[in-house]
Amino acid sequence: MRKTVIPFGPQHPVLPEPIHLKLTLVDERVVEAIPNLGYVHRGLERLADVRDFHQMIQVVERVCGICSMIHAHCYCMGIEELMAVEVPPRAQFLRVIWSEVHRIQSHLLWLGLFADSFGFESLFMQFWRIREKIMDISESTTGNRVIVSVNVIGGVRRDLSAEQTRWLLTELDWVEEQIQRLQTTMMEDYTVKKRTVGKGVLTAQQAYELGAVGPVARGSGLSQDTRQTSYAAYGELYFEPVVETEGDCYARSKVRFREALASVDLIRRALDKLPAGEVRAKVKSLKPPKGETVMRVEQPRGELLYYFKGSGEKNLDRLRIRTPTFANIPPLLAMLPGVYLSDVPVVTLSIDPCISCTER
Amino acid sequence: MFKMTHNILRNLVVRKSTRRYPFEVREAFDKVRGELVNDIVRCIFCGSCEVRCPSQCIQVDRKAAVWNYDPFACVFCGVCVDICPAKSLSQKTQYLRSVDKRILISMQGELKKKSREKDKEAEKDKPAPVEPEGPAATG
Ligand code: SF4
Ligand code: SF4
Repeated sequence: MRKTVIPFGPQHPVLPEPIHLKLTLVDERVVEAIPNLGYVHRGLERLADVRDFHQMIQVVERVCGICSMIHAHCYCMGIEELMAVEVPPRAQFLRVIWSEVHRIQSHLLWLGLFADSFGFESLFMQFWRIREKIMDISESTTGNRVIVSVNVIGGVRRDLSAEQTRWLLTELDWVEEQIQRLQTTMMEDYTVKKRTVGKGVLTAQQAYELGAVGPVARGSGLSQDTRQTSYAAYGELYFEPVVETEGDCYARSKVRFREALASVDLIRRALDKLPAGEVRAKVKSLKPPKGETVMRVEQPRGELLYYFKGSGEKNLDRLRIRTPTFANIPPLLAMLPGVYLSDVPVVTLSIDPCISCTER
Repeated sequence: MFKMTHNILRNLVVRKSTRRYPFEVREAFDKVRGELVNDIVRCIFCGSCEVRCPSQCIQVDRKAAVWNYDPFACVFCGVCVDICPAKSLSQKTQYLRSVDKRILISMQGELKKKSREKDKEAEKDKPAPVEPEGPAATG
């Protein structure tokens, strides 16, 4: 049988970001996929040499445009550990609230793009309409729409007033209702199922061996979520991971769909339990970070890992970021062999690739 | 596709979710971090904003009392606004308009040490700003 090698990406109509896969095909089926990374490398880790550890917050926020809050959250947690800062409980809850706002926003964005990848344009627009409300929530509570810049070492820069809390609750009701309205379309529609069920299957065994993280792992039946480690205020919110067992594109979209709803619930619970008090600890008198640490948080795409090394100077010695998409590329390569070329965009998008994060 | 039909029918009767921008502009939320402005009369040229700005888009010349700012390198994080000891910096709720030319803002103020002494001498005589509004656009 003759083999054909075709490039998929870096520019592809379905991809918002430049991932490049070299696909080897026999007839219409993929037999091998080889990734090629590095198109959007920006050298953000290196900036730790030039920017001090306070300024790095704004830099790490720009690792990923979609979940800037969670990157900054992870970074601040790491520095706070090195500097032994006690973060006030209210700030911990607020960080959880904004992180979950970002998770809903990211999942809705993905659900829209995913619908678009199999040509369901109107569903894409429906999801993005709901997402717009989340962006409004972000803008009114944090001051910016996407890169929220609310984290500082020792807490957060913005507080929620009682009025804002009430407003947030009514908006969340609207968001939840709207998401549920789309449930039948996303989960039961014939065309959607036709394009997703049984496509790009990843077994639990493979997911475990290849180190899948986030919705990719949970879609294959691994009950693994970094939020279970109870960082920030998650310990007090009775968090339970969303797990599906089929391991195909359909299961992964189901996980993200249900997670978006679960996040709405988490925000409600967090708002309900929001303790009063300070939102920012004083860190001015403390010495700059010294020592080494690793911090893990759950990003919408999976587990995010930061490594810090500081020597008591205002610049960190080393900052290393491992983003979830990087961990999810080996599972993607395991999913691709056997699928039709026309399904490659759907399968590739099902891991929610964030290439700018991966290449930093 | 049929599962989508009731959504589509509903969309015919509910309000539009898009706006006819630029004719219709949404009201900004308060406390949105938009355009950065410096009330140069209050600025004491301490240079804190220059040191803390993550995108290094502010240069302060303490001797000549000049505050330079590159609005297109600014990321509107608001760190400088938080840190400013004289509270001379603030952010509008509107975003910066898009333009076709790069602009640099340079504001000339007056050194406060002298003016403080002056203030003591003649309390009511407030130092007049050299350049009150309309930052000089150069470049
Ligand atoms: S921090 Fe404020 S007072 Fe100091 S130089 Fe900047 S604008 Fe002027
Ligand atoms: S808003 Fe941020 S980026 Fe802009 S000048 Fe102030 S500190 Fe610098």
